Amino acid sequence: MSSGSLALERITRRFGEHVAVNDLTLEVPAGELLALIGASGSGKTTTLRITAGYETPDSGRVLLDGNEITALPPQKRGFGMVFQHYALFPHMPVEENVAFGLEARGVGRAMRLERAGAALQSVGLGGAGRRSIQSLSGGEQQRVALARALVIEPKALLLDEPLSNLDPTLRQTTRDELRAMLHRVGVPALFVTHDQEDAFAIADRIALIRQGTLLQVGTPEDLYDRPASLEVAKFIGRATILPAEDLGDRVGVTIAALRREFASTRPAGSEPTFASARVVLRPDALEIAPAAEDGWKGKVINRRFTGGSAVYRVQVAGDTVIEIASSNMGLREGDVTGVRVVREPLPVVKA
Amino acid sequence: MSDGAARRSWMLALPVLALLLWVVAFPNVAVIAGSFENGFGHWREFIASPSDREALTTSIVISLASVVASVLIGVPLAFLLSRFEFPGRRILRAVATLPAALPPLVGVIAFLFLYGESGVVARGVQTALGMEEAPWRLTGVWAIIFVHAYTMYVYVFLFVSAGLERFDVTLDEAASGLGASSWHRLRKVTLPLLTPALAGSMLLVFMTSLGSFSAPYVFGGGIRVLSTQIVASKLNGSLGLAYVETTVLALSAVAGLVLFRWLERKRKYTSSGKGGATRRIIRSRRAQTIAAVLSSLTVIVLVLPHLMVILVSFAVDGSWTTQVLPPEYTLDNYRRLVAESQLWKPIVNSVSMAVIATAANVVVCFVAAYLIVLRTFSGRALLELLVALPWAIPATAIALGLAATFNRNDLLAGRVLLVGTFWILPLAYFIRGIPLVSTAVEGSLRQLDASLEDAARGLGASWWLTMKRVVLPAARPGLVAGALLAGVTAVGEFVAGVVLYTHANRPISIEILAQLRALAFGTAAAYSVLLIVLVLIMTLAARGLEERIA
Repeated sequence: MSSGSLALERITRRFGEHVAVNDLTLEVPAGELLALIGASGSGKTTTLRITAGYETPDSGRVLLDGNEITALPPQKRGFGMVFQHYALFPHMPVEENVAFGLEARGVGRAMRLERAGAALQSVGLGGAGRRSIQSLSGGEQQRVALARALVIEPKALLLDEPLSNLDPTLRQTTRDELRAMLHRVGVPALFVTHDQEDAFAIADRIALIRQGTLLQVGTPEDLYDRPASLEVAKFIGRATILPAEDLGDRVGVTIAALRREFASTRPAGSEPTFASARVVLRPDALEIAPAAEDGWKGKVINRRFTGGSAVYRVQVAGDTVIEIASSNMGLREGDVTGVRVVREPLPVVKA
Repeated sequence: MSDGAARRSWMLALPVLALLLWVVAFPNVAVIAGSFENGFGHWREFIASPSDREALTTSIVISLASVVASVLIGVPLAFLLSRFEFPGRRILRAVATLPAALPPLVGVIAFLFLYGESGVVARGVQTALGMEEAPWRLTGVWAIIFVHAYTMYVYVFLFVSAGLERFDVTLDEAASGLGASSWHRLRKVTLPLLTPALAGSMLLVFMTSLGSFSAPYVFGGGIRVLSTQIVASKLNGSLGLAYVETTVLALSAVAGLVLFRWLERKRKYTSSGKGGATRRIIRSRRAQTIAAVLSSLTVIVLVLPHLMVILVSFAVDGSWTTQVLPPEYTLDNYRRLVAESQLWKPIVNSVSMAVIATAANVVVCFVAAYLIVLRTFSGRALLELLVALPWAIPATAIALGLAATFNRNDLLAGRVLLVGTFWILPLAYFIRGIPLVSTAVEGSLRQLDASLEDAARGLGASWWLTMKRVVLPAARPGLVAGALLAGVTAVGEFVAGVVLYTHANRPISIEILAQLRALAFGTAAAYSVLLIVLVLIMTLAARGLEERIA
């Protein structure tokens, strides 16, 4: 185990009959940003709370730098946490909020206010120290919460939906800032989000969980291009998922009696071929090809402009509709067009 | 707002304002004017009188001590019940608010039966230790504070519990995540955020203690407090002095109001919290045992006064002298309440006066709250002040104000002779009920989106239809809750009764005192049980009404 890493080892947590976290194992090395994603109720927040010490697992261990901290209360872990609604103390001005963790560590008033000031500076809020929490915008509150977590020189950073309360434009810039900031700190960072775009934009690796069980952990590209299962393929990104013929390193796809074969990738460690398989067609792996002989033909039933490109829904057979992203924006609903695969290999998963 | 709407607001507001100026504001003016009827003579008399100076100090000391005692009981109990899960929690939670359901005088006589020098506990200790005399007397400042703490900690408990209910637990979690110990957290995060709730409840305890009459009246012994001093001066015929004492009492109340409100405002935050703390389960065997024993003891202490009154209500009058428990029991006390017209009359009086006063409260306070919340007109600030005023003025002062105002027929001076008639007490109850019902209805109406009224009018509904179909339904929960509070207060009311009752309208509380004086403990207790039952019936009826609405 590498120095300074944060690890969860076979964590299970039940609430009555409900299993919130099921035998979950994860490791976040120092300096890595791991995003924990999943639908609401998937157990991601419980996992974060167990890591922070607000919940105790029924079984399993939490390790920091190889030392077990499962039973250590939150105040002794020295983690920096950013809460979903920020949990800023409404009765303290900004600087006292940021200095609170230092106060708890017995740092003298002058010293802690100085360090709080520096932390505020680093999140771009220098000079806001005396302002009241109520006077801050959502984005400013988020940055104060981050400064408060950073000023204690945390051994790990935990973020619970840190971007969910920001408006869309602010969200874009905050993603980049957050990623840069977290990398600078150089400690393991675990952040929970239900938004995969946030996860793609910020994280080094992504762990996808469903009903408390880890489905796949890997780089964003891994999850997108090499999904471990049908569930992962459905959850991550947009995709048209069709029945397919698994040939090992090739895949056969038949639409409207027209069969085509492509190079394929398969989940690591799976059996040589799946008896019943599905192919994952990402919109960006396909292209509109008006005169393609090697593709399928279909009718555009919906067109959505996305700025610089268009997303078409093309009906290629009675009940088969494929989604295609294209820089060709000339087609309209009702047009007949060809469709072909432009990016291989195609991911194949077990049905 | 159109001219028509403004005119309509004024048409509604004028009668309400006129009524409130007459029965709420004018009596206070009459009292203040009365205190100066011979220049500063009465004031000099007050300042020169050692007993009056003592009464003022004692009143304030008792009130502050009651606040401290209520906080010391109410805050830990609120924390314990909202933050921890332990054996006995449910039953403790169920009985924790019980003391507040006792009408003040009933609470006092329950304590007399229990802890008084001839009470069960004192006699029990005396017998057990073979002592010659009772081990203590329940008199003086400490006795009064004891009773106050028992009945008034409930305010602190309820306010702080509600505060904890709304408390955003992630703030606590954030603090612990940042390394704060539980003590540091409590001192720097939890308590500061609970200050508004705490200050609000402290204010309530302070005002109630300052105006408290039953406890000092029954347990005072040689102790003088302002509220009893006022009644004594009036009975002695020193009306001028009584007016000065009343003014001083009212001024002390206003000072307390300003102080605690300042504390409340200073620390007011809007919390985005969703609350919903989970209770920590106490798991250690030893802690569980201690919790179980302590909560059982607390439950016993809390229900004992009620049980005691019920027990004594079956005692044969005059039979209970030096024994630990009443020796002979009978159902006769209850039978006589119904059978003997002399004893039945006060019950009819209390119920009918409470009904009249509460009905008037419902009508007047609905209009007042409607005007305050949903209308803008220039008299609104005055209306708000008049509606809140009876809350800031102790009951003794209200009663004396009525006595000073409605003691003769002089229509030009705005005086009507009501003192000595049946109507003076319902009027007193009505005044005390005004802030209770208005606040409750205002609360309900504030939840009504003001644009709903506009929307209804925009859809072509007449003013009357809008009122009936939109405003009144919105106000109903507040009306029910407020009417319950006002009715419960009225049916057990004591202070105004002492100052203003006549033989024709004597209420239950006065009759309880008379029976107590005649040492007819059984009859006094039977009346008390009846009062408790009346309060219970009203509460159940209100709950039924609320459910029908919801």
